[in-house]
Amino acid sequence: MLNKNIYLILIISLVFATSFWIGFNVNLLPAEASINAPIYDELFKILFIIGLIIFIGMTIAVTYSLYKFRKRNDQIGDGIALEGNLSLEIVWTIIPSIIVLLIGLYSYNIYDRMGGMKELNHNHEMMSSNTEKIWAGISQTSDNEIAINNLSIEVSAMQFAFLFNYPKGNFISGELHVPVDQKVSMKMESKDVIHAFWVPEFRIKQDIIPGQPTILNFTPTKVGKYPIICAELCGPYHGGMRASIIVEEESDYNEWFNKNKKPEVNL
Amino acid sequence: MTISIDPQKTNNESLQPKGWFRYFSFSLDHKVIGIQYLVCGFLFYLIGGTLASAIRIELTSPMSDFMPRDVYNQVLTLHGTIMIFLWIVPVVNGAFGNYLIPFYVGARDMAFPRLNAVAFWLIPPSGLMLVASYFVDGAAQAGWTAYPPLSITTPQSGQIIWILSVLLLGGSSIFGGINFIATIIKLRRPGLKLMQLPMYCWAMLGTSLLVVLSTPVLAGTLILLSFDIIANTGFFNPVLGGNVVVYQHLFWFYSHPAVYIMVLPAFGLVSEILPVHARKPLFGYTTMVFSIMGIVVLGLVVWAHHMFTSGTPPWMRLFFTIATAFIAVPTGIKFFNWVATLWGGKISINSAMLFSCGFIINFVFGGITGVALAQVPFDIHVHDTYFVVAHFHYIVYGGTVFIIFSSIYHWFPKVTGKMLNEKLGILHFIITFIGFNLCFAPQHWLGLNGMPRRVAEYDPQFQFVNQISSLGALLMAISTIPFLINVLLSVRNGKDAGDNPWNALTPEWLTSSPPPVENWEGEAPLVEEPYGYGKEISEQK
Repeated sequence: MLNKNIYLILIISLVFATSFWIGFNVNLLPAEASINAPIYDELFKILFIIGLIIFIGMTIAVTYSLYKFRKRNDQIGDGIALEGNLSLEIVWTIIPSIIVLLIGLYSYNIYDRMGGMKELNHNHEMMSSNTEKIWAGISQTSDNEIAINNLSIEVSAMQFAFLFNYPKGNFISGELHVPVDQKVSMKMESKDVIHAFWVPEFRIKQDIIPGQPTILNFTPTKVGKYPIICAELCGPYHGGMRASIIVEEESDYNEWFNKNKKPEVNL
Repeated sequence: MTISIDPQKTNNESLQPKGWFRYFSFSLDHKVIGIQYLVCGFLFYLIGGTLASAIRIELTSPMSDFMPRDVYNQVLTLHGTIMIFLWIVPVVNGAFGNYLIPFYVGARDMAFPRLNAVAFWLIPPSGLMLVASYFVDGAAQAGWTAYPPLSITTPQSGQIIWILSVLLLGGSSIFGGINFIATIIKLRRPGLKLMQLPMYCWAMLGTSLLVVLSTPVLAGTLILLSFDIIANTGFFNPVLGGNVVVYQHLFWFYSHPAVYIMVLPAFGLVSEILPVHARKPLFGYTTMVFSIMGIVVLGLVVWAHHMFTSGTPPWMRLFFTIATAFIAVPTGIKFFNWVATLWGGKISINSAMLFSCGFIINFVFGGITGVALAQVPFDIHVHDTYFVVAHFHYIVYGGTVFIIFSSIYHWFPKVTGKMLNEKLGILHFIITFIGFNLCFAPQHWLGLNGMPRRVAEYDPQFQFVNQISSLGALLMAISTIPFLINVLLSVRNGKDAGDNPWNALTPEWLTSSPPPVENWEGEAPLVEEPYGYGKEISEQK
C-alpha cells in the first residue's frame, strides 16, 4: 500500500513538473506589442499549465486503466461491483469548483487590468454626443483621459477594407500609423456588414458593427509593422480584408502625420 | 354491435411493408425510424465530409486558388449546417434515441409513432433542398450562424432556402424532443422507477428539454430574418434601424444549447457503452443524473460567451464567463466518473471501447480549451479564429462523432444480429484518432498566431501548419473506407452475434437480435439494475 502511494505521488509530481516545464518553455503566442499583451500572456500561461495538468493526468488515467485492467484471455466474469464513492464524488465536485472559481476571479482581475470593466457608454465629448450609445471594447484609460491625452482615430470598415480617419490632421489613411507608447483611442463603425478589428500582436479584438459604434483603446509598446485582420465573416473577400498597423517612434510618426496633414477647409 | 375487430388487423404494423423496403417507407416502428435517421444522417455526413475536404484542399495554399471565393463561403456554410443539423443532431438524438429509448423504458414503441415518422421524414427533403440550393443561385454564404447584415446582403434565394431548411429541421427536432419527453415520462413499464433508467434516458430527457425550450427561439429568429430578406422589414437590418446584435443574442440562445443537444446524448451513450465493456457498474449514477440536469440548466444561461467581442456591457461579460466556466464542474464530474467506471474493471479492448476512450481524451482537451475560451480576456484574442474552430471540432468531432462510431460498433450486433469485424474496427479507430488530432491540434496554434476562421486565403507563414492539418483531414477521409467496408460486408457476412454478444444487462439486449417488431415476445422485462455488473455473477453463483 505504501509502495502504491509512493508511485502515485511520484506520478502526480511528474505530471505537475512536466506541465510547468512545458508551460514556461513552450511559447505558442506571437510577439508582444501592446500593454495588453504581457497581461494576456500571463493569463495564457496559467491556463495552459492548469490545462496541461488536467489533460496529461486524465490521459494517463485512461490509458493506464485500459492497460492495467484489460481483460486477459483466461479471465471470465466481471470487474468489482463498485457503484460509487461519496467522498470521491464530493472531492471531484469541490476541487474543480474551486479551480473554476479561482480562474474566474483571476481572469476578472486580468480583464480589469486590461481596462475591460470600465463603463464607456457616456461622456465622450471628443468623439460623439452624449446621447449616442457606444458599446465598449477594451479601454485602458478613464473617459477624461481619452478626451485629453489620447490619439483619437475614427475607423470605418467596409467590404473589404479598413479606413483610418485622423480628425486632427483632416486626412484618411489606409494604413494605421501610431506612435509607440502612446494611448490610442479608436471609434469604429461599419458601413455595411459586421467586421472585426484584430491585431494578434496586441491581443485585442473588437467587432465593428453597422449602426452601432464601438470603442477600442490600446497602447502599443513595440515599434514595428503588424497585421490588422478582419475576424468576422464579411463576404467573399473576407480572407483578403487586411491592413497594417505601423507603430513608430514619435518623431517618425509626426513626420508621417505632417506629410499627410491637410489644411482645414473653411466653409 | 356485433362487429368484433381483430386487434391484430387494426394494428398498423400489419400494414407496414416488410424487408428492405420498410426503410424507405413511412414506417411507424421506432427501430426502423432509428435506422432511417442513422443511415440518412451518415449519407449527409459523407456530403459534409466532402465539403470539409474541399475546405482543407483550398487551405493547402495561402492563395484562394481552388474554388471561387463565394463558392468557398457557400461550402463552409453548407459544411457547418449539414454537419450540425443533418448529421450530429439527428443521429445522436433521432437515431439512437428512437432505437433505444423504447427498450430502455420497457415500451413497444415511442409515445407518438406518427409524429415520430413525420419528424424523420422532414429531414431528407430539407437536407436535399439545402444541398440543391447550391445549384439554384448559389447556396447561403453567410456561415451557419447567418449573421445579419451579411445574410441580408448576400444572394437571397440561397439564404431563404437555408432558412426554410433549418426551420424544417428545427421542427423535426422539436417533434422528436416532445416525443422523447412523453415516452420517458409516461411510457415506462409499471414498476420501473426514474432512478433505475439507463443513463441515456436521462441524457435524452435533458436534451429534449433543451430542444423544446430553445429551438422555438431559433425558429422565431429565422422567421424574422426571412422577413428582413423578403419583405424588407428592419428587425435586424441596421439601414432600417434594426439591431444586428439582437440577432446574435437570439441565435445563440438556441445555438449554444445546441452544443449540449449534440453532446449530452453522447454522454448518455458512452455511459451505456463503458460499463458493458469494462464489466463494471456505472460509477456514481446519482451524481451523473444531477450533473446532466446541471448542464441543462447552465446550458441555457451561457449564450453570450459567443459575443464577447460584439460589444456587450462589462457586467454581462462577467456573468457569462462565470456561468460558462461552471459548466466544467458537472462535465468534469461525468469524466471522473467514467474513468472510475474503467478502474478495476475487466476491460475488453475493442473498437467500441477504443472509440469511447478516444472520446474521453479528445473531449477533455476540448473542454479545457473551452474553459479558457470562457474567460473574456482570453477569448478576445482568439474569438473567431482557428483556435475556436479547433476547440469545437474537439467537442463535436472528437467528442460526439467518436461516440457515434463507438455506438455503431456497440449496437450493430443488436440491430443486425451480426458482429462487425474487430480488426477493421481497430484500424478505423487508429486512423481516425491520428487523423483527427493531426487535423485539429495544429489549428490551435494557427488561431493564437493570427489566422482568422472562415478565410479562403491567409498569411503565407501559416502554410506549413495548414498542410499538416490538411494531411490529418486526408487521414480522416481515408478512415471512413475501412468503416464502410466493414459495415457493408458485415451486414451480410458478419459473424453471427447471438442475442447478447456483450453479455450486457441493459434491457435492449434482453430480447432477440435483431428484435421482433413488438420488441419483446412476451412482457417487457423489469430491469432494476441496468449496470449490475459484478453483482449479478455473485448472485448466480
